[in-house]
Amino acid sequence: MMRRIISILVENEPGALSRVIGLFSQRGYNIETLNVAPTEDPSLSRLTLTTEGDDKTMEQITKQLNKLVDVVKLVDLTEGAHIERDLLLIKVRASGSQRDEIKRTTDIFRGQIVDVGPNTYTIQLTGTGEKLDSFVAAMGEADILEVVRSGIAGISRGEKVLKL
Amino acid sequence: MELLSGGEMIARALEDEGVEFIFGYPGGAVLHIYDALFKTNKVPHVLVRHEQAATHAADGYARATGKPGVVLVTSGPGATNAITGIATAYMDSIPMVVLSGQVATHLIGEDAFQETDMVGISRPIVKHSFMVRHAEDIPEIIKKAFHIATTGRPGPVVIDIPKDCTRPDEKFEYHYPESVKLRSYAPAQRGHTGQIRKAAKMLLGAKRPIIYSGGGVILGEASDLLTQLARKLKYPVTNTLMGLGAYPATDPQFLGMLGMHGFYEANMAMHHSDVILAVGARFDDRVTNTVGKFCPGAKIIHIDIDPTSISKTVSSDIPIVGPVRSVLEDLLEIIDGLQEKTPELPDSGALGRWWQQIEEWRGKHGLWTGRRYGESDRIMPQQVIESLYRATNGDAYVTSDVGQHQMFAAQYYKFDQPRRWINSGGLGTMGFGLPAAMGVQLAFPDMNVACVTGEGSIQMNIQELSTCTQYKTPIKIINLRNNYLGMVKQWQDMHYEGRHAMSTYEDSLPDFVKLVESYGHVGIQVTRLDELDARMDEAFAMKDKLVFLDIFIDPMEHVYPMHIAPNGAMKDMWLSKNERT
Repeated sequence: MMRRIISILVENEPGALSRVIGLFSQRGYNIETLNVAPTEDPSLSRLTLTTEGDDKTMEQITKQLNKLVDVVKLVDLTEGAHIERDLLLIKVRASGSQRDEIKRTTDIFRGQIVDVGPNTYTIQLTGTGEKLDSFVAAMGEADILEVVRSGIAGISRGEKVLKL
Repeated sequence: MELLSGGEMIARALEDEGVEFIFGYPGGAVLHIYDALFKTNKVPHVLVRHEQAATHAADGYARATGKPGVVLVTSGPGATNAITGIATAYMDSIPMVVLSGQVATHLIGEDAFQETDMVGISRPIVKHSFMVRHAEDIPEIIKKAFHIATTGRPGPVVIDIPKDCTRPDEKFEYHYPESVKLRSYAPAQRGHTGQIRKAAKMLLGAKRPIIYSGGGVILGEASDLLTQLARKLKYPVTNTLMGLGAYPATDPQFLGMLGMHGFYEANMAMHHSDVILAVGARFDDRVTNTVGKFCPGAKIIHIDIDPTSISKTVSSDIPIVGPVRSVLEDLLEIIDGLQEKTPELPDSGALGRWWQQIEEWRGKHGLWTGRRYGESDRIMPQQVIESLYRATNGDAYVTSDVGQHQMFAAQYYKFDQPRRWINSGGLGTMGFGLPAAMGVQLAFPDMNVACVTGEGSIQMNIQELSTCTQYKTPIKIINLRNNYLGMVKQWQDMHYEGRHAMSTYEDSLPDFVKLVESYGHVGIQVTRLDELDARMDEAFAMKDKLVFLDIFIDPMEHVYPMHIAPNGAMKDMWLSKNERT
């Protein structure tokens, strides 16, 4: 089993997203993270999802996705060198001596405190899923109030592009 | 350019698409469309009695003719009733376009009267679907729907049409596109030559080859090429349930159907083969038995138009993605070339030994060479199918429902031509047979159309007897009556120590003869073996009448062979109640 990042260009049509998501539940595949947003071409959305599976399952997943009429093109980013980023926003209880400690940890991870309340900090951090996991773990001592992540977005390194 | 309303554009587009029949049922959301159809009066509409039957009738029409079936239903319950038929078509890759009405755009999402999310509810069982948002898009959407439904691996396409998009007072310029292009949809046009060359070499080098062909050969209109290839190489052929008729059943090279209720010789030959040429077949679980034990010594060449069919369950050694017809053309040509250079291939000695082995299997437990059912004065279901075969000269369109009768029909009616055997193989939909037969009979009014069924299945869409009266479809219904849900009973006999949980209703069946007579049809009860042939002939002599033959068969009979499951291989079969491999 290996974690894979699949990036998909889909028609920017109503229902296109539900076809992709539905395929995963219908055929018993997992989605760990999911990220969807418009692209520079208004007729296309880019959807990035991470899933786990052996080679045979992955082959089926990519073939089944390609078969959807709304799927224009896709790439398994994990097949080559790539950059992946997840965005984390985390709100923690921060008062008294905790505030310094949390600030230090945030600096170590190169995160930013984006909102400050009398008793809370909201921290923003980007990086690989692994890095965000480590940060959340490092916050373990603090009182975590809320965690939100964007899901992985990714792009190939070098000349390789996912484009029509 | 003509100005037409949304409703009129639908009627006109279906006409321009060359649609011969619309199978449907009116209702609030589609009234504008029905009014347009009524006024133009160009495409005949068949009014069914339940929307499920509309989809099965369109499906039967499509399977028999190769043209897409067209369905028109209203929103809400009309749409949901159509779902079973759409799923049936999807599982067997049948081209179909389903137009469903939808509540007016401004009401969508408000739980309006007869509103249901048809695009959502049908999503997992359609090849694609469209929701009309602007009436002016209707012609292009209809063209796209027919294009998607009929090309590549065929399948059903739903077009959901809000009522306001069909209103008569808003007119648009009508233009029906000659063709459409979809940037994200491009089914393979040719197989990869390198792969086909490898396949040709592997095939010619085989010592124990077998050709395993499925419904794709029929859908891809490639029966003639498959037959040519098999005869040229003198290789044995087995067909799946969906592929029956793709290779002539009366040909000596035909080993019969394979799979769960496949022929002994077909399953044995598959298991012991060294090269399998799979054409338009998908290694369904009803074929393979336990995947891990599937044909251990075989290399697999797999030709299919749909890449997802390849290596989905059983991994293939030489996958070829492409239309079966063009791939088989290329394969034949390459084999010709190779044989010129190496005329000693295939190895005739090895092939001779292989045939000797197959004949031995065939002689030992062959379904057609030895009687697989006992001798009694009761009518055996197999004898009914043999009688049907005789009475129709093997030339009828045979539809079936699902269960024991379906397997008996598949085993004992020797289909020599494609598109004659019409059954729900993938989804296994009881209630399919009668409406499917209506679709077939409407397409071929002068042909014999038989619906082989059981008293369980026929009651799932029996209301269509009324449609048959209205459209004068002289179907012959062959009811294998055992007063049990026969296949359920068989499994209960074999796996549940004979506890027949909810599988009988003997005391509550209708008098089928009187029932069909009340619709204006003919009913004949057959209880004795010595009258079977005469009654069968009598039924088929009534050319313009629907005849319901209510044939009382031995209720204890099981379908054999039957794969031993779980954990069995292709070769592991029950051959009778107390005899196994």
